[in-house]
Amino acid sequence: MTTITMRRAGASIAGGLVAVLALAGCAGDDLGGGSGDKGGTGGGEPSADCAPYEDYGTFDGETVTISSTIEGTEGEMLEQSWADFANCTGITIEHNPSNDFESQIFVQVEGGNAPDLAIFPQPGLLGRMVEGDYLKPLGDDALAAAQANYGEDWLSYGQIDGTQYGIPIQGSAKSFVWYSPSVFEENGYEIPTTWDEMMALTDQISADHGSDSVKPWCSGIESGGATGWPATDFMEDMVLREAGPDVYDQWVSHEIPFDDPQIVASLERAGSILQNEDYVNGGIGDSRSIATTPWADAGLQVLDGNCFLFRAASFFEAQLPEGTNVGPDGDIFAFYLPADTADEKPLLIAGDYLAPFSDSPAVQAFEAYMASPEWANTRMEIGGMVSPNSGADATKASSDVLRLTIDLFQDEDATARFDGSDLMPSQVGAGSFWSELTNWIDGQESAEEALAKVESSWP
Amino acid sequence: MGFFLYSKNGQLILAVLAFLAVLAALLLLATAVDRVRGRKQTFLMAAVFGGPALLLLAVGLIYPAIRTMWMSFMDKRSDEFVGFDNYAYLFHDGLQALGNSLLWVVLVPLGSTVIGLVYSVLIDKSRFEKVAKSLLFLPMAISFVGAGIIWKFVYEYRGAAQDQIGLLNALITQLGFEPVRFLQDAPWNTVFLIVVMVWIQAGFAMVVLSAAIKAVPTDIIEAAKLDGANAWQLFTRITIPSIRPSLVVVLTTICIATLKVFDITQTMTGAEFKTQVLANEMYDWSFTYGDNGIGSAMAVVIFLLVVPVVIYNVRQMNKNKAVR
Repeated sequence: MTTITMRRAGASIAGGLVAVLALAGCAGDDLGGGSGDKGGTGGGEPSADCAPYEDYGTFDGETVTISSTIEGTEGEMLEQSWADFANCTGITIEHNPSNDFESQIFVQVEGGNAPDLAIFPQPGLLGRMVEGDYLKPLGDDALAAAQANYGEDWLSYGQIDGTQYGIPIQGSAKSFVWYSPSVFEENGYEIPTTWDEMMALTDQISADHGSDSVKPWCSGIESGGATGWPATDFMEDMVLREAGPDVYDQWVSHEIPFDDPQIVASLERAGSILQNEDYVNGGIGDSRSIATTPWADAGLQVLDGNCFLFRAASFFEAQLPEGTNVGPDGDIFAFYLPADTADEKPLLIAGDYLAPFSDSPAVQAFEAYMASPEWANTRMEIGGMVSPNSGADATKASSDVLRLTIDLFQDEDATARFDGSDLMPSQVGAGSFWSELTNWIDGQESAEEALAKVESSWP
Repeated sequence: MGFFLYSKNGQLILAVLAFLAVLAALLLLATAVDRVRGRKQTFLMAAVFGGPALLLLAVGLIYPAIRTMWMSFMDKRSDEFVGFDNYAYLFHDGLQALGNSLLWVVLVPLGSTVIGLVYSVLIDKSRFEKVAKSLLFLPMAISFVGAGIIWKFVYEYRGAAQDQIGLLNALITQLGFEPVRFLQDAPWNTVFLIVVMVWIQAGFAMVVLSAAIKAVPTDIIEAAKLDGANAWQLFTRITIPSIRPSLVVVLTTICIATLKVFDITQTMTGAEFKTQVLANEMYDWSFTYGDNGIGSAMAVVIFLLVVPVVIYNVRQMNKNKAVR
């Protein structure tokens, strides 16, 4: 009896081990990219290339852990960007990306398992972390580097009560209108530099090409559980233009009511395009069809010639079919969504902030490196992103749209404001604001009614 | 140690090692208990083999249930007691979700069961029975999210001047009618979402009911035929009463599955256009808005709605066993 039990135990343990090996094999494939990079570059031997990293010091055997949302190829490119730094300083950098970072990070931190650093896609989360006293302020070197290399607009979103916690490591610009340079050339259309010019162009297009199926603008706000976010971006751009950056700040921080008359006017300005049946929705249908059209699908109508103008962020480029000719002379490109005068340049931005949960010297050295123009340029050369770092070299950006973005980031006249819905309490910024603007587009509510409902949902 | 705590391979190995260690400990314990003789042995054996399961149930089911109820009376960060505020909110602003969920719970079990029943009666003993059964059963293999995406394409709307890319609207416009906004116009959009769930669940109803129909004793059927019963009478007076226990199980099982549904609304309409349902709203409050209070209150309401159905279901299953 006993021997049988023991033999069975042995068999199940052996079976278990087979399973372990099989599982470990699978997991190894997933992680291969990250660890492979580290092994590939110099194997930890300091070489002549390490000269630029001497100032950061050496920390042999130390490990820095980072959590983020940056997965897949993008995650591998990120890991590649700090591989040399890791080799030269001796720090082992463990990057743990996760697609449900936003909910996981709270569980980790509150359970006492905080990583050393995290990359936050929404600066609003920083506030909740500081509230719980979990984040550490930037180290002295990192702070100096951040203040030297970033504009005040960008830094302010990593600040809580005057203390700098976050560094913006990558950014996107949202105030863009996508158009087809080849079609514009054929028709002799000029890129508008003021709001009025843009509306005149819209009327011109409508007169030249308008029909039941072809319209000047196309738009879509469907995005699964996040339906409505593209409409909030559109409206935020309008607030920056109609009411200006100061009112925008007051609106985002709820110092003025959500349905302040200036804000209602801004939404109505968005409506002057999105709810005008002569202007929308090229290639798809009427104004109401915006509510059920996936945002990126709408933009593809520009390529088909069914619409001429599509307001979307710089990252729309990633949604274009492979092989699309993107550029100032290509089939599709973007221009800056103009303000009332050509001198004003309000810019709606979004970005990822790196913030530390630890103040160990190795973590502080890493922060300082991430705030440097050297890192920004190394990362930009790998491709696919731009840094708001003022030392970033536009020529290193991997595409024309990214170069256009970085030019705007570095434009002295531009006033950058972070996407407001990411800064508001999440039941507004990821809830009622999305839903009510969807209802508004759907024609169920007037601008006033929709904004009043958001106001009443503010916690 | 860093390898085990911070790398995914390490964590995986650690987890499996821990699992094996527990397993080995249990087996050793069982061996030890095996040596004990006398009346104590039965109790100890039950404790060794049943204990881990009971412990897991307590940790994984009972404790979370009690904690969720507790949290539903607390504020969003579970710091302060707020009484029935969360429930008050629910019955003030969550009525849309409550009403829609009610519609789902009534229509999905009814629709799936009726379709499943009629289908299984029609194909019973026909030549194509196996093929026909597989066809209706196939959607069961598709996840709710997958089904949502498929049907979103079927319902896709384009303006009247455009080429329709959705199957249904392509048919409708071919017949000369205006295209329909299936997912946008309340209240019918909820019904169109319900169709998706019926499409998934009808196969389940059909399989269970078909088996039950085949189990109806032939002597009763023959006796009825001899008495001159026509097909309809045979169906209503013989088949239905004979398969009643299976019908109840099918209805209640689908009913429970329906109360939990949130994937379909999430993928197809994003719960916009007045299609919100309870489970989806619970998800939003708990995970998107980070408000544990209202989220837990919704979970408790869903739980309370499900409990009577579960009790009825379990009692009916026990009765079925007793009959057999």
